Amino acid sequence: MTSYPASTRGHGVGVVIENTSKVYELRDGSDLLALDRVDSRIEPGEFVAIVGPSGCGKSTLLSLVAGLLPPTTGRILIDGEEVKRPHPKVGVVFQTDLLLYWRTILDNILLPIEIKGRRRHKYAARADELLDQVGLKGFGGKYPSELSGGMRQRAAICRALVQEPELLLMDEPFGALDALTREQMISDLQTMWLAVNNTLVFITHSIEEAVFLADRVLVMSPRPGRIDLDRRIEIERPRNWKSRIEPKFIGYTTEIRAIFEAEGVLSKQ
Amino acid sequence: MRRRKRSHVRPVLESMAAPTLSILFLIAWQVAVPLAGLSDFILPTPWQIIRRIVVDYRLILSDSLITLVETLVGFAIAAVSGVALALAIFYSRIFERAVYPLLVAMQTIPKVALAPLLVLYLGYGFAPKCFLALLLAFFPIVISTVVGLQALDKAMVDLVRSMGANEWQTFYKIRLPAALPNIFGGLKVGISLAVIGAVIGEYVAAERGLGYLQLQAGSQFDTTLSFAAMIVIAFIGIVLFWLLDLGERKAVFRREPAK
Repeated sequence: MTSYPASTRGHGVGVVIENTSKVYELRDGSDLLALDRVDSRIEPGEFVAIVGPSGCGKSTLLSLVAGLLPPTTGRILIDGEEVKRPHPKVGVVFQTDLLLYWRTILDNILLPIEIKGRRRHKYAARADELLDQVGLKGFGGKYPSELSGGMRQRAAICRALVQEPELLLMDEPFGALDALTREQMISDLQTMWLAVNNTLVFITHSIEEAVFLADRVLVMSPRPGRIDLDRRIEIERPRNWKSRIEPKFIGYTTEIRAIFEAEGVLSKQ
Repeated sequence: MRRRKRSHVRPVLESMAAPTLSILFLIAWQVAVPLAGLSDFILPTPWQIIRRIVVDYRLILSDSLITLVETLVGFAIAAVSGVALALAIFYSRIFERAVYPLLVAMQTIPKVALAPLLVLYLGYGFAPKCFLALLLAFFPIVISTVVGLQALDKAMVDLVRSMGANEWQTFYKIRLPAALPNIFGGLKVGISLAVIGAVIGEYVAAERGLGYLQLQAGSQFDTTLSFAAMIVIAFIGIVLFWLLDLGERKAVFRREPAK
């Protein structure tokens, strides 16, 4: 991802999470508290990473913000509006690419346009531009099975971006990728976000990934999910691999690691 | 991603395997019958059967048309109602609870045993044959379609919902295309069974059709004609199956899902 033209600059929307809990009813009739009274506020244009161990409810929180699940208590506001259903200004990138194998990459990217009943041809140029920016120029006519895992996830990101979302939700988007591809994708995501500057909520279980990418890191405790730490990351952008060896970077990751150690998620070394 | 390189000879060999085996079998049959000293009354040779089909083509063709129409009518009704029932089972929990066990129970009834009753209820004409064809084709179509509809990844549904898709769009854009390979699988099993259903109907009570022709030939000890009818029945089944396969190639994207 290189430079983004000014036309793709969005104006992010803010998110308010108010006293939000989520209880799942299990098959045996018992209740499972997945999310326990979470309060947070995400400013327009902010990059927030949520880091926590598996099963801490971070994906649940994302589903609530995406309007895919109703909260049990509390409410979530996007742009001052209570979330009752998926918000039209929100794009979601999931853990796997979820590309439809019977559609070409271009047709996959234009899927949200079709679903919203907009005219495809108005967005075809935008889709090509996005493909160019993520290094997939000329791949629009290919099928998902012809692309590597990293390329497919890039295409999935294009699909989320084609409607110019003002809030982008990413649920461990690079979790299924190999380490090298992952590192490149993280760096490219920063570049993309610096150009678009929309609001971005990024879920991960990698402390380094969270600190490297985000303006703010929210640390979640194991079930029931609560926010244990809300840390602003003050490292200059654009960040690069050298940022990872800065004392500040190491200070943040050590602080977060200490929380996981105290909770027993990581053992003390 | 690419599979191991293969020689150019192998695909040719693979595509020739079935015809070669069939021809070898026919030759063996042709040679073995006189060697074993069997009369055509016990076992006719392939060549005798083919000659008989050519000689009696008018008779065989008119009976074939009858069987074909019975099969197609039964199958068409089974396809439409089977897919409709599968949709009802998929989208309604009550329907699933109520109908699914009945459907499975119904499947355990030997349909052949129903044939005489159907004649009693529906008469000697087209109706009982079509109904038997329908009955046999119905079950695999319903089951395959339900399985296909259920196969969709839950995350895929979340994806299109996050884009604002309604129930109809979810069905039309992702659930139906994802289910098509299974639906066609059910239809292909169904069409083969529909041919069998129609012929069974003709065995029990009929005045026309290939099943009737075969029965008549058998009662007159005309084994060659009996074989001729049997081979035409099989031929109809193969052609109908092949037509559906062709339709599937047009409708269904054959590429493997990305792993």
